[in-house]
Amino acid sequence: MTTNVFLDEKFIGTIDNPKEFLRSFIEERRKQKISTIVNASYDSEFDEINIHTATGRVRRPLIVIENGKPLLTEDHIKKLQSKDLRWQDLIEQGVIEYLDANEEENTLIALTERDLTKEHTHLEIDPIAILGLTTSLVPYANFGQSSRLNRGSKTQKQALGLYASNYLLRMDTDISILQYPQRPIVKTFMHELSKYDKHPCGQNITIALLSYDGYNIEDGLIVNEGSVQRGFGRSFYFRPYNADELRYQGGLIDEIGIPDKEVKAYRSEEDYKFLDDDGIVFPEARLKEDNVIIGKTSPPRFLGEMEEFSIAANTRRESSVTIKHGECGVVDMVIITENGEGNKLIQIRLRDMRIPEPGDKFASRYGQKGVIGRIMPQADLPFTASGIVPDLIFSPHSIPSRMTVSHLIEVIGGKVGALGGRYIDGTTFSAEAEKDLRLELLSLGFRENGTERMYNGITGEEMPAMIYIGNMYYLKLKHMVANKMHARASGKIQLLTRQPIEGRSSGGGLRLGEMEKDCLVAHGASLLLKERFDSDKTIIHICENCGTVAIFDWIKKRASCPKCGVNAEVNAVEMSYAFKLLLDELRSLNIYPKLNLKSKY
Amino acid sequence: MIEEIAKQYEGKIPAPLIQEVIDESKDRKLTKAQIEKVFNKLLEKYNYAKIQSGEAIGIITAESFGEPGTQMTLRTFHFAGVAEVNVTLGLPRLIEIFDARKEPSTPLMTVFLNKPYNKDEKYLEKIIAQIKEIRVHEIVSEISINLLKLQVEFVLNKKRLKELGLNEEETIKIVKDSFKNLDFADSDNRYYLIPKNKEGGLPALYNIKERLKEVKIKGINGILEVIPKMENNEIILLASGSNLKDVFKIPEVDFTKTISNDIFEVSKNLGIEAGRQIIIQEASKVLSEQGLDVDIRHIMFISDLMTNRGEIKGITRSGISEEKESVLARASFETPIKHLINASLKGEVDRLNSVVENVMINQPIPLGTGLPSLIIKDKESKK
Repeated sequence: MTTNVFLDEKFIGTIDNPKEFLRSFIEERRKQKISTIVNASYDSEFDEINIHTATGRVRRPLIVIENGKPLLTEDHIKKLQSKDLRWQDLIEQGVIEYLDANEEENTLIALTERDLTKEHTHLEIDPIAILGLTTSLVPYANFGQSSRLNRGSKTQKQALGLYASNYLLRMDTDISILQYPQRPIVKTFMHELSKYDKHPCGQNITIALLSYDGYNIEDGLIVNEGSVQRGFGRSFYFRPYNADELRYQGGLIDEIGIPDKEVKAYRSEEDYKFLDDDGIVFPEARLKEDNVIIGKTSPPRFLGEMEEFSIAANTRRESSVTIKHGECGVVDMVIITENGEGNKLIQIRLRDMRIPEPGDKFASRYGQKGVIGRIMPQADLPFTASGIVPDLIFSPHSIPSRMTVSHLIEVIGGKVGALGGRYIDGTTFSAEAEKDLRLELLSLGFRENGTERMYNGITGEEMPAMIYIGNMYYLKLKHMVANKMHARASGKIQLLTRQPIEGRSSGGGLRLGEMEKDCLVAHGASLLLKERFDSDKTIIHICENCGTVAIFDWIKKRASCPKCGVNAEVNAVEMSYAFKLLLDELRSLNIYPKLNLKSKY
Repeated sequence: MIEEIAKQYEGKIPAPLIQEVIDESKDRKLTKAQIEKVFNKLLEKYNYAKIQSGEAIGIITAESFGEPGTQMTLRTFHFAGVAEVNVTLGLPRLIEIFDARKEPSTPLMTVFLNKPYNKDEKYLEKIIAQIKEIRVHEIVSEISINLLKLQVEFVLNKKRLKELGLNEEETIKIVKDSFKNLDFADSDNRYYLIPKNKEGGLPALYNIKERLKEVKIKGINGILEVIPKMENNEIILLASGSNLKDVFKIPEVDFTKTISNDIFEVSKNLGIEAGRQIIIQEASKVLSEQGLDVDIRHIMFISDLMTNRGEIKGITRSGISEEKESVLARASFETPIKHLINASLKGEVDRLNSVVENVMINQPIPLGTGLPSLIIKDKESKK
């Protein structure tokens, strides 16, 4: 039977011997007669050959095997090290080959050189090649659950550290710098490869696994106040503010400077106290929310306004830049420059020191993230027989269901590294064996299982259980309560709907949503529901005759209907303003919603 | 004596419950006082089990489905090695049921067999052959394209034909009837399909080949696969595809038990009550499969809502939502403008006596604490 051949999913013809065809095809490709980006595969189920040349296929490099021997030799590796050979040369020589998912189906790939047999066609470059950059940064990853690994590499991306060594000259938005970053004791080969010590993202701390006073339930963390004072998790938060002198039609221009008192919407003198004579705040000024940081005035919005008032200054608007709602900090750097259009541009970087506080988020490298539940005085924390007090207490309940064994191994690894004064290699698939670490720990004079006798810091009692304690690399994540905390009693409302405005930055309300409403309904809490939703309640006068909104003259205390006249019977009704708005919108749809009033009793 | 006492409770307790008490107490030789005690206890329990007025059962039902629904995983479990028909489960299936989709994404029939056939495996092959669709690619030993002559060739697998009880001539006739603009020829067991118009070239030929593979020879429309299964010492057939009407015609099939997972198919062939039962069954199957514990009464309540008009209505804007009395309530759930315009054309009146409307106008809802009201008539209004 003949085999169909498809080129990029298009039928081009048939051949008789698919295996032979494929063999010669690949041979020609290794000789560079066919482009190396072309992949061909034989599908025995449908008896067809698929050749793919299109872009967007995921392909990966493998070492080619011939007669059970890899084509990549020691000679190649030496030349690579001496830079006489490049990666591209290996591909051109047919030593390394890129396969796509289809072609891989026809191959037999050996994981290591030891496993090689005559049948094998390819050899994996290294087992760790299945992992990406951030995932390779997780030590002992082959001991963890795959989904935790995903989360672990995700949390590493959120860690604070030294993101760029020229951060003092940069104007990045929403960025933090960890004050005392360290390189991890337990590291992987990717830490070396990516020069991790040039941009570290965490700190080596002592952790103990126990429940203590209930402040570390449900992924809570107890942090040692002493450690915090010694600089654990301390970071700077940077935010830029800027203003430019915009040019408008008719030669009008924004003006940076302390605004005149005659200017429209002038704030109080107090508000401008941090400004220098040039209208820009001075460096190292301590600012709180709503303080003016750059004084600025703008020309009137409409030219008509100018004719109304004769004094020019009167018509200018105040348009200063102020510190955002809920933020504070110290002015770190002021830059006066020009923007792309040649207008004056002021950029100011605000710095805020963030000391760990309850609600800040920390994580280990295995997707074990938690939030500080309490910062405890060092004196109240448990201590070991040798007087070691943990920096952080982690709940043991976080371990069994998540099966992050690598987390536990790092504790031992970190302990050995810290006591032995060396770095531990935790590279996935080729790490230092846990057994060896335990033996080393024993030789250092500790229990080989990593536990120690501990004493309650408050009562001084000996704890009945042995406590697992050791060292770990911990990351401070960019989610800090100071950026998120929000509450309000009353405040700004929207003009259109008269309901509270949205968003933390503008001091908005917290929405009681549809599902929350359903809960109140399900409980039958009728009046509570009404009260929750009357943020926009209004009293509206309705004409009994035509059922539309009537006019009530509050001075003359007299109601009238624009349609039915003064004598119409008008009654006051309480409803939500949004509903009144709905009725108005219906009217604009040419629908006449008529309200028939009825006494409730 | 029992009947006399029972008469007093008629109307207070549903008749089936009363009957049950009568049946149960017949052989027990109870005294009059004892029987009265039983009835009193029953009445008390029955009244206690009743839902109080003002209870928001609709919302509670919705929440009882909504909350576990968020925990549902898209992952389904398969058992390696066991012959199994691939069925949509989990959230997609639940949505399918409650939306009352006309066609389920994986229709499935559970076919029960009559007495002698459901025990012995020797009848199986013939029964399956009657149910399962057979297409050309299953009965040929070779199909190919002849590039030189620009024609499609195929050879029938005689052994397979015999197994399936097919006649070669009839088979070829069915194939011929399903193609137009083609010439047929044959020589020693090889059949040739030659296009009259050769302009199409290779792609056209390839299309003919693919179409030929899918030509239906025998079986019930829509039944792609039939898998026999042993359950409770009885052979049952799982058929992927749903066609109850035709399956009932097969004499070996026990039509009193055979059922499909297609709600519309069941209610069309077996009546709306069967449809209601299928909704309950299918929904609780999905939920229990995911290990979720939803009270059966919530599912029953939804099925009642979906079937109480005598036809299946989904929980969609064209289904049960259409039947709400209040204009505002209808408008608040999808396509508001359509509902508002239609209501204004008819001059509908919204009496504002349900929940959504009262939330909208910010008035106490007529449920729970908002339901009872105290009416005091003062002296003035008495006049």
